Amino acid sequence: MKGNINWFKYSSPQTFYPLAGTLAPWFGALAAVFGAAGLYIGFFVAPTDYQQGEAYRIIFIHVPAAWMSMFLYLVMAFWAGAGLMFNTRLSGMMASALAPTGALFTFIALWTGSLWGKPMWGTYWVWDARLTSELILLFLYFGFMALQAAIDDARRADRAGAVLALVGVVNVPVIYFSVQWWNTLHQGASVSLTKAPTMAATMFAGMIVMAFGFWFYSIAVTLLRVRCIVLERERNSEWVTEYARDFR
Amino acid sequence: MKPRHKRLAMIVGGVAALGAAAALVLSAFQQNLVFFFTPSQVAANEAPQGRNFRIGGLVEAGSVKRQADGVTVQFVVTDTARSIPVVYRGILPDLFREGKGVVTQGRLGPDGVFQASEVLAKHDENYMPPESAQALEQAGKAQKSVVIR
Amino acid sequence: MNWGGWSDFFAMGGYAFYVWGSYAVTFGLLVMEIVLLLRRRRKARAQLVLSRGRRNP
Repeated sequence: MKGNINWFKYSSPQTFYPLAGTLAPWFGALAAVFGAAGLYIGFFVAPTDYQQGEAYRIIFIHVPAAWMSMFLYLVMAFWAGAGLMFNTRLSGMMASALAPTGALFTFIALWTGSLWGKPMWGTYWVWDARLTSELILLFLYFGFMALQAAIDDARRADRAGAVLALVGVVNVPVIYFSVQWWNTLHQGASVSLTKAPTMAATMFAGMIVMAFGFWFYSIAVTLLRVRCIVLERERNSEWVTEYARDFR
Repeated sequence: MKPRHKRLAMIVGGVAALGAAAALVLSAFQQNLVFFFTPSQVAANEAPQGRNFRIGGLVEAGSVKRQADGVTVQFVVTDTARSIPVVYRGILPDLFREGKGVVTQGRLGPDGVFQASEVLAKHDENYMPPESAQALEQAGKAQKSVVIR
Repeated sequence: MNWGGWSDFFAMGGYAFYVWGSYAVTFGLLVMEIVLLLRRRRKARAQLVLSRGRRNP
């Protein structure tokens, strides 16, 4: 999982903090490289679409962002659940660190989807199962962050947020399978684990490279954020006061 | 280990309970959650009477007719089994094409014609350059001519 | 290459508003996230300097 190479060695904030600090810039660099490559492929290698023309190029952001919105929620729920089960502080901190980035990608998916829907479908929004469940995902992220912000005690905030995060996990398969289970305006999946992609190879490549770019970005940002959370929550511990001696 | 197992059981139980509740709610509201009805469903009287609903299907090839006033357009929505004639006043989306997907909202008139207030184009999940699409079309034509023989 | 020139590129086949509206907002939000995060980091470190000052006056 993100940042945890050896579960037992790095499961304390004190040992994880420097590891996160070392890893974050590397993932940031990877994000920049993959992002640049993905944008290049998306605009200069992938051809126009026979049906949607140049408007389809929104796909290079929309689909990777949607994938991240779901993936980050599952990772967040995983850490929240682990913190609930093992009573570990760092797990709860990881869940809290993931939420804002997950919410951001959810919003990006909704925003870019809306701007894509207007010229192609003829509307900025419909309440079909796919769009509605993705909007619910955004509310779940916001609810998680608001709930944690409302509770002063960090451990209690972790537990309350964890319950909400776990309860909301059911929404992720709903989002993914919505286009199969219900009649929707949103079309079915172009990419799946079981069949070949229904996209030209260069279009598919651009999308995958951007997905990796977003993933590396998320890792870098989450690692930076969890370091902030560690400094905030562990400020009275000996190792932090010792570490902060060198701060100006 | 015991408190941890108890916590795990509570989490799993809670998530399972919520999953069951969600499944129940969804099945209970199945009717209201339908985003569009197919022409077959409309023919089987599954669509709500006397209020707005949506129908979805394909625009039947050769069915699009524009009226003399320049604004009104007629077309037929089909799911290859049943069809419904539609009349609409307004601008059609860019991707509205014969043989392609459409979702339209409106009311079914007593004469069986659907009075549409909104027409949306539904596109598929295929992305390819124009050359590939042309090649596919040619291949399809060639295959059809083989089958007929 | 896909484009006849830069004006073709910016026009995006007539869909400029939708395509650039998507990319611009995405890029802006990602930059904002990083800026806010750096601000949070600065504040967290400043808080530690403050409390250190209180401990060792």
